[in-house]
Amino acid sequence: MKWLAPLALAVFAALPARAEIEIEEVTSPGGITAWLVEDHNIPFTALELRFQGGTSLDAPGKEGAVRLMAALLEEGAGERDAQAFAAATETIAADFDYDARNDAVSVSARFLTETRDEAVELLRASLMEPRFDEDAIARVRSQALSAIRSDLNDPGAIASREFARLAFGDHPYGRASDGTIESVGALTRDDLVAAHADALARDRVFVAAAGDITAEELGGLLDELLGGLPETGGARPGDVAVALPGGISVVEFATPQSVAVFGHEGLPRDDEDFFAAFVLNQILGGGGFESRLMQEVREKRGLTYGVYSYLAPKDHAALYMGRVASANDRIAEAIEVIRGEWARIARDGVTEAELEAARTYLTGAYPLRFDGNGPIARILVGMQMDGLPITYPQTRNDQLAAITLEDVNRVAAELLKPERLHFVVAGQPEGLETTPGQ
Amino acid sequence: MRRAALFLALALTFIARPALATENVTDFVLNNGMQVVVIEDHRAPLAVHMVWYRAGSADERPGASGAAHFLEHMMFRGTETRAPGEFSERVAANGGNDNAFTSYDYTAYFQRVAADRLGLMMEMEADRMANLLLRPELVETERGVILEERNQRVENEPGSLFREQTSAAQFLNHPYGAPIIGWRHEIEALSREDLNAYYTRHYAPNNAILIVAGDVTPDEVRRLAETHYGPIPANPAVTERARPQEPPQRAPRRVTMEDARVAQPYVTRSWLAPERDPGDQRQAAALVLLSELLGGGQTSVLTTALQYDNPVAVFTSAFYGATSLDRTRFGVVVVPAQGVGLAEAEAALDAEIARFLETGVDAEALERIKFGLKASRIYQQDNVQSVAQRYGRALTSGLALEDIAAWSGILDSITGEEIMAVARDVLVPERSVTGWLRAPEADKTANTEVMQ
Repeated sequence: MKWLAPLALAVFAALPARAEIEIEEVTSPGGITAWLVEDHNIPFTALELRFQGGTSLDAPGKEGAVRLMAALLEEGAGERDAQAFAAATETIAADFDYDARNDAVSVSARFLTETRDEAVELLRASLMEPRFDEDAIARVRSQALSAIRSDLNDPGAIASREFARLAFGDHPYGRASDGTIESVGALTRDDLVAAHADALARDRVFVAAAGDITAEELGGLLDELLGGLPETGGARPGDVAVALPGGISVVEFATPQSVAVFGHEGLPRDDEDFFAAFVLNQILGGGGFESRLMQEVREKRGLTYGVYSYLAPKDHAALYMGRVASANDRIAEAIEVIRGEWARIARDGVTEAELEAARTYLTGAYPLRFDGNGPIARILVGMQMDGLPITYPQTRNDQLAAITLEDVNRVAAELLKPERLHFVVAGQPEGLETTPGQ
Repeated sequence: MRRAALFLALALTFIARPALATENVTDFVLNNGMQVVVIEDHRAPLAVHMVWYRAGSADERPGASGAAHFLEHMMFRGTETRAPGEFSERVAANGGNDNAFTSYDYTAYFQRVAADRLGLMMEMEADRMANLLLRPELVETERGVILEERNQRVENEPGSLFREQTSAAQFLNHPYGAPIIGWRHEIEALSREDLNAYYTRHYAPNNAILIVAGDVTPDEVRRLAETHYGPIPANPAVTERARPQEPPQRAPRRVTMEDARVAQPYVTRSWLAPERDPGDQRQAAALVLLSELLGGGQTSVLTTALQYDNPVAVFTSAFYGATSLDRTRFGVVVVPAQGVGLAEAEAALDAEIARFLETGVDAEALERIKFGLKASRIYQQDNVQSVAQRYGRALTSGLALEDIAAWSGILDSITGEEIMAVARDVLVPERSVTGWLRAPEADKTANTEVMQ
């Protein structure tokens, strides 16, 4: 292993230091901006829309409204009922995908160049003129309730939901973003119309496109697609502190393997130490086989198939999260090892060799992410949501390369708080009990 | 040795201006019998390097289920000259990602790296093709990992346990009836010798396909492949695969599984069905279209009937494994609405399939589906790794490059009559397995209805 550091250094110098893409900012005549990477190799366009806000706009008692609304956008719009709309999109082989998460409603579309006009018109109708027909509401509501019932019996979903509840209490982040059987069952058409007006507005939309479309063509379709949006939408919630003490919460569920979701407060995306924390996490639990958590829990002890940690900066709070799953009689040991690694890296920091390996991996892998219209459009819209400059892909690797051992070890000592780490365990874990006082 | 540039032209007949999706594919064979396929895509400075073995879980010795997948894990645990974990470590140190996957008919290993790192990937992949070292203590640690993988994928998911049961009911004799990951008791009992026997028998250049996709040229790939894979001798013991075949199914089979964790009961039905064969893909193509017609989207036959016209279901779908070495399955799923029993859902499914067999194919729907399949091929060009996987799956399922090239055209040429002929042939009760998954105590009335 001694050879690794010099090899990594040599490799770092030779890899492309930045992503070789050209991003244009396009502004429509009506004043809507979008980021674009033109690539005419394949005759289709990937288009990504994000509406900041998402399920955290749900009013108390109306949990699940934004999510159900988003699912209904393609279930009838303008002149077309649900099946007519589906037939029209199938006829031109356009794909539209609508989703809602805590901080955003996302719309992903791809369409062939030769049917672009028809696709844009269908997409516009779904965003501006969703019908919310009663029969469509009943059908999609029954699907949503089915999914909620299934999640109530899924240990991973149980643990995630309980973690959010404990961390955020009454803040929208603490409530079920899919809604509950009761809340979704009680939603009315008026609630969905209100959720639509709250969630989809000009002041919160971000747009990115990649593929077989010119700046002029994209500028022309932006006004048609989004010009009819209301100027502003519903009020967003305020920031919330993570209210979770360290410890363990067990949620009893009869299944052979326990799932543990763990974490404590994290770092906001715009924190000046975010890059150092990102490199730190790559070393601690960033997903590769080389991370300390994978080495200690899986490779050395065979306690799990997968363990990872990640920074989860949300718009109104920041978490540092992780997840592991082990058989009921082994999960206690897995948790003990994770706690130990959390403490060790906070106390002793990382080594120069680990830092070099992480930096080399992260900088080398970055340009490889831009490997198609779909991935590029998603990266571009994500950059805008994070408030990053359009030049970010040119500077990102330099910023990463500038991170020093002192930076990472200072952030490790500040950010990682083993005594604050809380594990929510769903299953029948042997030798684990809920920490008293929770 | 053969070298041919293969251009797949997909003419879109449905609209005025035809779009073309082209795949720039070159193939050749090394002297030791290793087949090489190069798929060029120069949009990003990336290469996907894959080695596919014509060996999967269906090639295991009886009683040793899970050996192919266990061995796949051990391939990351070191060779005679490389330390455990070193493979992935070096991939990561070069900014790349790597992984592997096992199925019934193949085991495949891949890395995504900067195109100029291709030589190192080949050097390391060739090393573990020939020089794997199975360290006994690591076999034991890895067994723990694999049992946790099985816990995560199967034991914790009643739907997965149910699929194992229906699949075992469908295949009485063929190894497709055993799960890819293996039965738990057999994973627990697999020995180092079992893994070594599988490795020795199947891991050889003349049983492997190298697929390199991305920002590479055929000349460069050939030069590197001859350097790194060329020296490995062919294994004369590699023979044509011949698994125990399924006898004719003569009686409908039923599986009812109860699990307290089931929140949403559902019913499945699957039938033994023909697969794509070299030079003979029309029936399989017709079945692909049939699965789209029956359950492929919001306007499909089952969805329209069971979710819109008479809404007894919250979800309906159809599935078909066209690319398979041996006989495969065609199936449908109905997830009943709240308050609708499994018997009622099954009866509605029966009625709709019977009606479809009477009325035949809607010509407009068929045109939409064919157009959608052509478009999906264009969209797939955006992801060079998924193009590479399509080639790998087909080549390890006994198909030739000519069959892959012909497939789109065959799909486009299938008539409604051919679809109905294969539907009448395949969708017969005596070749079916009907499965019910539910929680205990639910659906008692439905149960008595079907037992009448």
